[in-house]
Amino acid sequence: MAIETDQQPPVGLSRVAVSETHGEDSPYFAGWKAYDENPYDESKNPSGVIQMGLAENQVSFDLLEEFLKQHSEASIWGNKISGFRENALFQDYHGLQSFRKAMASFMEQIRGGRAKFDPDRVVLTAGATAANELLTFILADPGDALLVPTPYYPGFDRDLRWRTGVKIVPIHCDSSNNFQVTPQALEAAYNNAEAMNIKVRGVLITNPSNPLGTTIQRSVLEEILDFVTRKNIHLVSDEIYSGSVFSSSEFVSIAEVLEARNNKGSERVHIVYSLSKDLGLPGFRVGTIYSYNDKVVTTARRMSSFTLISSQTQHLLASMLSDKEFTQNYIETNRERLRKRYGMIIQGLRVAGIECLQGNAGLFCWMNLSPLLETPTREGELALWNSILHEVKLNISPGSSCHCSEPGWFRVCFANMSEQTLEVALDRIHQFMKRRCDKEKLGHV
Amino acid sequence: MRLIVPLQGVVQGRGGLILGSIIPGALYYFFQLYLKRCRSAKPNSNPPSPSSSSAQLADLSRSSSRSNLSSRGSVGPVRVSARANSIAKPNASPYYIGLEMASEDPYDRFDNPDGIMQLGLSENRLSLDLIETWILENLERSMIGGADGHLNISGIATYQPLDGMMEMKIAVAGFMSQVMGTTVSFDPSRLVLTSGATPAIETLCFCLADQGNAFLVPTPYYPGFDRDMKWRTGVELIPVHCRSSDNFALSVTALDQAFNQARKRGQKVRGILISNPSNPIGNMLNKETLYSLLDFAREKNIHIISDEIFAGSTYGSEEFVSMAEILESEDFDKNRVHIIYGLSKDLSLPGFRVGVIYSFNTSVLAAAKKLARFSSVSAPTQRILISMLSDTRFIQRYIETTRERIKKMYVAFAAGLKQLGIECTKSSAGLYCWADMSGLIRPYNEKGELELWDKLLKIGKINITPGSACHCIEPGWFRCCFTMLAEEDIPVVIKRIQRVVET
Repeated sequence: MAIETDQQPPVGLSRVAVSETHGEDSPYFAGWKAYDENPYDESKNPSGVIQMGLAENQVSFDLLEEFLKQHSEASIWGNKISGFRENALFQDYHGLQSFRKAMASFMEQIRGGRAKFDPDRVVLTAGATAANELLTFILADPGDALLVPTPYYPGFDRDLRWRTGVKIVPIHCDSSNNFQVTPQALEAAYNNAEAMNIKVRGVLITNPSNPLGTTIQRSVLEEILDFVTRKNIHLVSDEIYSGSVFSSSEFVSIAEVLEARNNKGSERVHIVYSLSKDLGLPGFRVGTIYSYNDKVVTTARRMSSFTLISSQTQHLLASMLSDKEFTQNYIETNRERLRKRYGMIIQGLRVAGIECLQGNAGLFCWMNLSPLLETPTREGELALWNSILHEVKLNISPGSSCHCSEPGWFRVCFANMSEQTLEVALDRIHQFMKRRCDKEKLGHV
Repeated sequence: MRLIVPLQGVVQGRGGLILGSIIPGALYYFFQLYLKRCRSAKPNSNPPSPSSSSAQLADLSRSSSRSNLSSRGSVGPVRVSARANSIAKPNASPYYIGLEMASEDPYDRFDNPDGIMQLGLSENRLSLDLIETWILENLERSMIGGADGHLNISGIATYQPLDGMMEMKIAVAGFMSQVMGTTVSFDPSRLVLTSGATPAIETLCFCLADQGNAFLVPTPYYPGFDRDMKWRTGVELIPVHCRSSDNFALSVTALDQAFNQARKRGQKVRGILISNPSNPIGNMLNKETLYSLLDFAREKNIHIISDEIFAGSTYGSEEFVSMAEILESEDFDKNRVHIIYGLSKDLSLPGFRVGVIYSFNTSVLAAAKKLARFSSVSAPTQRILISMLSDTRFIQRYIETTRERIKKMYVAFAAGLKQLGIECTKSSAGLYCWADMSGLIRPYNEKGELELWDKLLKIGKINITPGSACHCIEPGWFRCCFTMLAEEDIPVVIKRIQRVVET
């Protein structure tokens, strides 16, 4: 019926659709492709690529399975027919009250009861990815900027900037003080933005840090809070790894700092959380924004219409997270297992002659391979990354994709595999280092 | 906001969602619905004027600084974005106001016979019993456990493809085909799954248009489009008016006029958005119309978004024809056609958040797949639905039963309205009818229509959606959803309308 004209240009797409801001052509993701094409399997593919670039927590699945086995009513909605019906129809952007309460109480438990969370300030989103993007839409206009300390999670480049049109201006940190944020660095970043005529709307920190695997010290949090207050801008604290700190006493949440100040000036602070890391449930897509600002809460709630959590999932998790005995045991056990894993990888790397930043949290360690670089540049780092990917068959994340100002650092994940697989990975690294050492001895570089 | 807290206290005392009987459960549900419907977008029949909106923004900043006590002594409250400011405004649309009021005081035959009857929400509750039974019989098996009863959580706990598991796409593609009469098949690799149809349509807008571009939308249209398509994308909607004289049929001439006028204004039109079956009318586009739309889109080199979310909720004698069916049979340029679908209407599961973008354009799919990370479907929910949707015998029974029940309600409801002299357009799909109350409004304009709406809501205690909220160019039309009612409720509705109309 229609006559096709070949000369007609193809129907156009938007700038968002064709933009590269999704960042999936970077090495961070290229390594994933290599893994997908040749994934390691203990029995079926023992020489495949081991995935150490995915921050996923698989060490405590047994605890979750145990709970679900013993509490089947969590998934069945009880024997009463009415329970299912309401749940199936429930699409209220306020979220299930019982789930918000359970979430708030879980967040309190993780912080050892040192901070209180009001369930009515909990806004639910389908994952922390959505939460970070949503907050960015709310706090900044297109062309404005958020200041983010480097090195940072590579996904931020996409999540904070792609659809929002907001920019990221880095707060440079380096190894001289273990990559901690300093007041000077904050000021420098702010002035940098001003010089480019860019309006700064807030600072976004990740605490504990990804990719460093360290908690932010209380004094630094105070300095950051003072800075954002002086500049009258927002502070977003992504605390997605708050439950993955190896020793409970070492994590200080921004919520605690605020409470010590009687919540004065808290309306500029917003916390992002999720169950993807601490509870190992990234497939469930559960994230939250906790804001001390009423307007942000109202707006975020409305905007969460675009990213609601399945009512079925909310119901299931409400049951799980309000079981305080279960959550307390889970938090402690998970913490202990992660600490053990961390110890294992650090020791294994040390034996191979590799040092890491002293970490105390997260699902990864921040490894220093700068002595191995042929040239102390980004290219040198990528060349090394490439050989580790293709020779050693390990996918690790190069610091440059995290915008680290010093070349040679790598993020290595250790919680998304069995202990046996970790041993294999460490062995491969050991062999790799040995080969290098031997080559040097023989005068080859 | 302050109204919510005491009500919540009452409801919580009843033991929450799982325990407790149907009545407090229903109350709780209506209540949560009210909360959900507190959206702020004001659908305006006039195109947005920059000067008035910025004045509104200025007002908002001033009032927020007055109420923000903790900012005393500082340079003023820390500001949010312009986008946030526009959403923070309270609702002004009758669509949302009505939903709010109905959920604050919901009708119940026994417990609250003087409450407000909800006919403003297009939700299908007629066949939930079938789904309940299936779930109770099949859930444990389908959720996590394998045949040996061993629980293995890693299949749903770990990161899954953010645009949906392949098994889920296969199941949903199969369901779409079944629900549309198996006259067309859907390719799972052309699906992107999102947490509801709401993000599906927003994501498509992000892919097809830049800020300031526009879509042509035939009126009357679903009030939610004003929020879903415009808020964060910055895209405009240009109404293309349809009239009762030709049963609100879509005319290409009208589309052409609107397109040219937009061009004269310097506004770039990127596509047409149609809903088929139509919300709020309930009619379906025939093949001829679909062909002319495709011709028009090809001539102007623009996109077509076909929102087919009610495709399975048909009750007339006509068969539904999907855009996909047309494209399968003809040699059209498929790159410009994109279909929106979801499980909220046809499968009555709005809480589970499953929406679909179906596109023939590989670049759009590539972009949409990456954007789906911001609105992904929960894995345990996918697991249950994979199981349910693959039970094609159950699905067939469900589709047939639901159609019968919708038809029964439609016939009874339309007949009831007819007794009052209120005619509905001839419709064959959807969960509502489009009623002509123009004879009952005075004066014959939007003001008269809203007065009647107000009276029906506050005195008659019935929430229906006035046509002006749907951008209808003719005053006096109302959308009445009937699938949340039981048959016994229909005479009550009619009596209440009668009471208001006769005073």
